[in-house]
Amino acid sequence: MRCSLSLLTSVMILSAPAVGLAQSPKFNVGTPLSQEEILGFDFMIGPEGKELPAGRGTAKEGAVVFAKRCEVCHGQNGERGVLRRLVLGSPGKPYGGPFKENEKDSVAYYPYATIAWDYINRAMPVPKPGSLTHDEVYAVVAFLLYRNGIIQETDVMDAKSLPKVEMPNRNGFVPAVPVYPPEPKPSWW
Amino acid sequence: MDSSGSGRRRFLKHAAALAGVGVGAGVGAEWAARGQSAKAEGAAKPEVQAKDGNDHRELLRRGARFSVDHITYYTPLQDYAGIITPAQLHFVQYHASHFPDIDAQQHRLTIHGMVDRPLSFSMDDLKRLPSVTRIHFLECHANSSPMIHGAGNPNMGPPVQYVHGMTSCSEWTGVPLSVLLNEVGVQKEGTWLVSEGADPGKFSHTLPMAKAMEDVLVAYGQNGEPLRVEQGYPIRLLVPGWEAPFSVKYLRHIKVVDQPYHAWNEAMNHSVARPDVGGKARWYHYQFGPKSVITRPSAGLKMPGRGYVQITGLAWSGGGVVKKVDVSTDGGKTWKEAKLQGPVVPRAHTRFTFDWAWNGEEAVLMSRCTDELGEVQPSRAENWGFSDEESKKPQRSIHTNAMQPWRVARDGSITDAMFS
Repeated sequence: MRCSLSLLTSVMILSAPAVGLAQSPKFNVGTPLSQEEILGFDFMIGPEGKELPAGRGTAKEGAVVFAKRCEVCHGQNGERGVLRRLVLGSPGKPYGGPFKENEKDSVAYYPYATIAWDYINRAMPVPKPGSLTHDEVYAVVAFLLYRNGIIQETDVMDAKSLPKVEMPNRNGFVPAVPVYPPEPKPSWW
Repeated sequence: MDSSGSGRRRFLKHAAALAGVGVGAGVGAEWAARGQSAKAEGAAKPEVQAKDGNDHRELLRRGARFSVDHITYYTPLQDYAGIITPAQLHFVQYHASHFPDIDAQQHRLTIHGMVDRPLSFSMDDLKRLPSVTRIHFLECHANSSPMIHGAGNPNMGPPVQYVHGMTSCSEWTGVPLSVLLNEVGVQKEGTWLVSEGADPGKFSHTLPMAKAMEDVLVAYGQNGEPLRVEQGYPIRLLVPGWEAPFSVKYLRHIKVVDQPYHAWNEAMNHSVARPDVGGKARWYHYQFGPKSVITRPSAGLKMPGRGYVQITGLAWSGGGVVKKVDVSTDGGKTWKEAKLQGPVVPRAHTRFTFDWAWNGEEAVLMSRCTDELGEVQPSRAENWGFSDEESKKPQRSIHTNAMQPWRVARDGSITDAMFS
């Protein structure tokens, strides 16, 4: 049963995109989106950072923004807030893990630096998500990466440099590259 | 959209949500009824005083937790019958401070990325397309985690509502996502998609294209009514059998992409360290394995007396249909098959019953689910990759489907025997 089902799934994976290609719209429902409209909301940022917009920021600039907009919850330098400790390690000394359960909020835990930009841009700060400018988001991310010991204080973060930041916990995840269907293990693994 | 509406309106909504919480957090039908009347009258304060001497205020506090970035309700599994969870009792594990105030007339679902024809769909568009209605469970990836069995966490522990109550089952109605993906024309590089909700936290999640094409719905109906606000009104993804975070609520954008996008929640919050892979974090769990729990009698309740008592509970599996549930009254030494109560449908809660005569002696009640794939519900050690010794410590784990033992004492009291 299990075997035949896996086989079926494999066949579907091979065929599903092909089906999408071969078929033309059946119902012609929905309104076409222009490229311009798409650019207005295309802000889910992948690990390669293809969607990152123009803008730039450094840790020094980020320190100012962080103190004004983030410190109230996350504490001074993101270390001792009432909510979600964002910084482990210190400038020049990245935290190597292992990560305890309550340490997974730290930027040091993220496998890609783009995750910080993506989440801060769309969901932070809590009272007014989306209210930071793109420059401010780059700056806050630079500040957090610097305080976590991952980049230098003078490093400029922008659409080109941010995806290239090597995160110390990049290899902390299993499987390293998520696949579907998953490896043949019990479903609860 | 996130914070439109006047402060007062938002306050009233929040108050109504709180009154609804009274419903979600109540301990029985009586409570559900009270919560409803409080809601109907627009009362800002849920009634929590009870005449039976129990501290329902305490249960309310535990049942629905609010913080700057979380809202949580638990389904009162010990109190309901059958397999359908009333929408107002459906669990909530929400990653923002307040529910969004969305105008369905203005709401749009966009699908773009690696597609031939990027499109925007209004609610009218979605509702004119072919719909399907199916019964499916949803379960939080963190449901039943060892951390919430009470040890060291005063907010958690019995009754079963607060241990396993982040699973619920509904009849969902919506458009198959495959229909919409066919309209936009997925390009051959488009092997994954990533979705975004319109909630303040912009909850986002990756989904493999093969699953999206298989049985995923863009749902607008739940148990015959529109989605409730706390369930994603006006639309949500419904990804059958998989961890609930895949089922993005307040759905507004889908982007077809060529790789997992590692949104904040999935990359960070939903990964968990496993000792059997050198302490690295397991991420991208997909479907839930076979699972079951006895809901009555269960911890926090009291045995009604010696003699006949029906054991009943729920079983489910992301792998499809529940094939069999076995029940043990001696802590797993011996097992007997329980009766499955219809309907038994794939990836849905399935009600089981078992006739038992309690002789007044100590007993340990357990259930064990087998699904159509032949997978069997594991022990906690198998489940979490710990040695049996390690697994006795209530550590954090997610994606949990271990068997749950309840200990019945001679005085009729029932406790959680998972870690004792």
